[in-house]
Amino acid sequence: MRLSFGSWLAVAAVATAGAAITLGSFERPPVTAVQRGFRGTAMELVYNERLLAVNAYLHQVPEAPEPADAGEPYARDTYQNVQVLGDLSVQQFGRLMQSMTEWVSPEVENPEPGAPQRGCNYCHNPENYAEDSVYTKVVARRMLQMTKHINEHWKSHVGEAGVTCYTCHRGNPVPLNVWAQPPANDGSRGRGFTADSARQNLASASVGLASLPYDIFTPYFQDAGDIRVNGSTPLAEGNRHTIKQAEWTYGLMMHFSQALNVNCTYCHNSRAFSDWSQSSPQRTNAWHGIRMVRDVNMSYINPLQPVFPASRLGPNGDPLKANCTTCHQGAYKPLYGAHMLQDHPELNLVQATPAPSEEARR
Amino acid sequence: MALLDLEYQNIFTRVQVRGPAYHGVSISHEPSDRQGQMRFSHLFGQIGDAQVGPIYLGWTGLISLIFGFAAFEIIGLNMWASVGWDPVQFVRQLPWLALEPPSPAYGLKFPPLAQGGWWLVAGFFLTASVLMWWVRVYTRARQLGLGTHTAWAFAAAIWLYLVLGFFRPILMGSWSEAVPFGIFPHLDWTAAFSIRYGNLFYNPFHALSIVFLYGSTLLFAMHGATILATGRFGSEREVEQTLDRGTAHERCTLFWRWTMGFGASFESIHRWLFWFAILCPITGGIGILLTGTVVDNWYLWAIKQGFAPGYPDVYPPQPDPALLGTGAPR
Repeated sequence: MRLSFGSWLAVAAVATAGAAITLGSFERPPVTAVQRGFRGTAMELVYNERLLAVNAYLHQVPEAPEPADAGEPYARDTYQNVQVLGDLSVQQFGRLMQSMTEWVSPEVENPEPGAPQRGCNYCHNPENYAEDSVYTKVVARRMLQMTKHINEHWKSHVGEAGVTCYTCHRGNPVPLNVWAQPPANDGSRGRGFTADSARQNLASASVGLASLPYDIFTPYFQDAGDIRVNGSTPLAEGNRHTIKQAEWTYGLMMHFSQALNVNCTYCHNSRAFSDWSQSSPQRTNAWHGIRMVRDVNMSYINPLQPVFPASRLGPNGDPLKANCTTCHQGAYKPLYGAHMLQDHPELNLVQATPAPSEEARR
Repeated sequence: MALLDLEYQNIFTRVQVRGPAYHGVSISHEPSDRQGQMRFSHLFGQIGDAQVGPIYLGWTGLISLIFGFAAFEIIGLNMWASVGWDPVQFVRQLPWLALEPPSPAYGLKFPPLAQGGWWLVAGFFLTASVLMWWVRVYTRARQLGLGTHTAWAFAAAIWLYLVLGFFRPILMGSWSEAVPFGIFPHLDWTAAFSIRYGNLFYNPFHALSIVFLYGSTLLFAMHGATILATGRFGSEREVEQTLDRGTAHERCTLFWRWTMGFGASFESIHRWLFWFAILCPITGGIGILLTGTVVDNWYLWAIKQGFAPGYPDVYPPQPDPALLGTGAPR
């Protein structure tokens, strides 16, 4: 085949562009497919074991300290201003404080200048550990109650594995994966009479870099937005849900998929997404998970809004809230389902209602 | 080099079709209807006829270009505005950017420009442009004394376009049901459309449309391959061979009779291609038009009609958790 120089150049350019797109867009095989449903229904999960191995360190459970004895002397009798951990023994109290420090604000070798103090002082005034002058102590107390609340009332989602501070924090004072409402008009969108954003059509990480609506958290993880768009009748008999609503639901599902590193078929038979009878038990679990996250955000995080300094709030002034990624971080179960809670029985002793303060008790 | 020496296989265009510059047949009552200089392009000769021009623009072509440019500008400038007029972000995010139709709250009303009004204006200009181009294709064919097959094939595509952006939204009572202008956004819309209406896979007209789409590519490949394979016997002179069957045509038909017992004729293969191609958007448009207007959930419709198969349960039955507690299902 005799090609002119120009033709060779064109072939080389196309081949280079093709190679760049291929290498830049795809994972290197092999992949492992895990069957999730009846054969022939394409219900399967696709994993790249090489990448799972690379990311395995993210889902390691830290070693638990030596167990502590329960019983007297109780923390409430030994320390001042113990509002929710009074039922812990002094030993357990110390163990939990040690664990929380490692989970949330471990000492770092070279702290950035000006960064908040780490270790105990992240929450405590070193002059007086009992006082509530550091806002993080107030937040931590409420978060302890939240942890207890999840482990007690949301077994439908967290099961017996339960959650600890580490499930979200992973050694970070602020969990790495949190969300806040995007600004109503963030200045980078069209102004004046140019078309508004409709809150979609940007490459958005929250929806897996799709052009779907990007603020999927406010309607579903704060407000009780309507997720179900499918009708229950074959013919059109008044199902008023719109295609645009379907795009929001689709965006939420993209978030699930990203957060858990699973396909649609982890929960659904994709031929009939809405049909519960063809869905896996994980869909039921996820249904409770949506409500759990909503409860966490509405009952625990949002009410703390006045406590947070401005630097810990989003551009709209709302606190940084939880979504699926906050805990899952790319694993189908956080920490691959490790029963971490069982090594920390102290968390089950947290009092849901703050015990009356010293003054009130008198 | 023997293995690479594919020249005799006749895959690429080998002949530069370059005759004396030719204005084309004269049409007596339109003496000066063609604009532009006639030129020759070697590059064009690689893929077709080397002669470029003259072009007939006419008032339909002129309006079509102006209206098309208006739509292009409205869509593009609104996309650019959506990234704060940042040229770098405009290029980086271009595949994600879109001009969205109005929100459902506006129904069929004309909303403010910022809330979907621009989408309606761009849609008007684009539709007018496409329809003017159709008129141009039709009138040029008539002027040359041709059949109007090209115009009707184009009309089939316009039918699907109008169903998506005009007929169906009107039947649904809301412009929000229409497709956004944008590269990824219109693909996400397509997926959301299928999800909302219970899986387009079970829409029989969607199935027919795919049959004609894939069928078109198969027929096109078969026809193109057959003609190229017999090129050295002169099969590209199809019309002559239709009337006066020569050795190329004999070999084509013999080949297909040998391989599958039956072959198209030099005439009928083009009718096959024409009908497969135009039936793809025609059947697809019917399927879209019925979606939401008549059928709300294609999967349930397929269950009702008894053609969606059932599968054995793999998991214990999952009741809808929303029905187990209190409150409305969400």
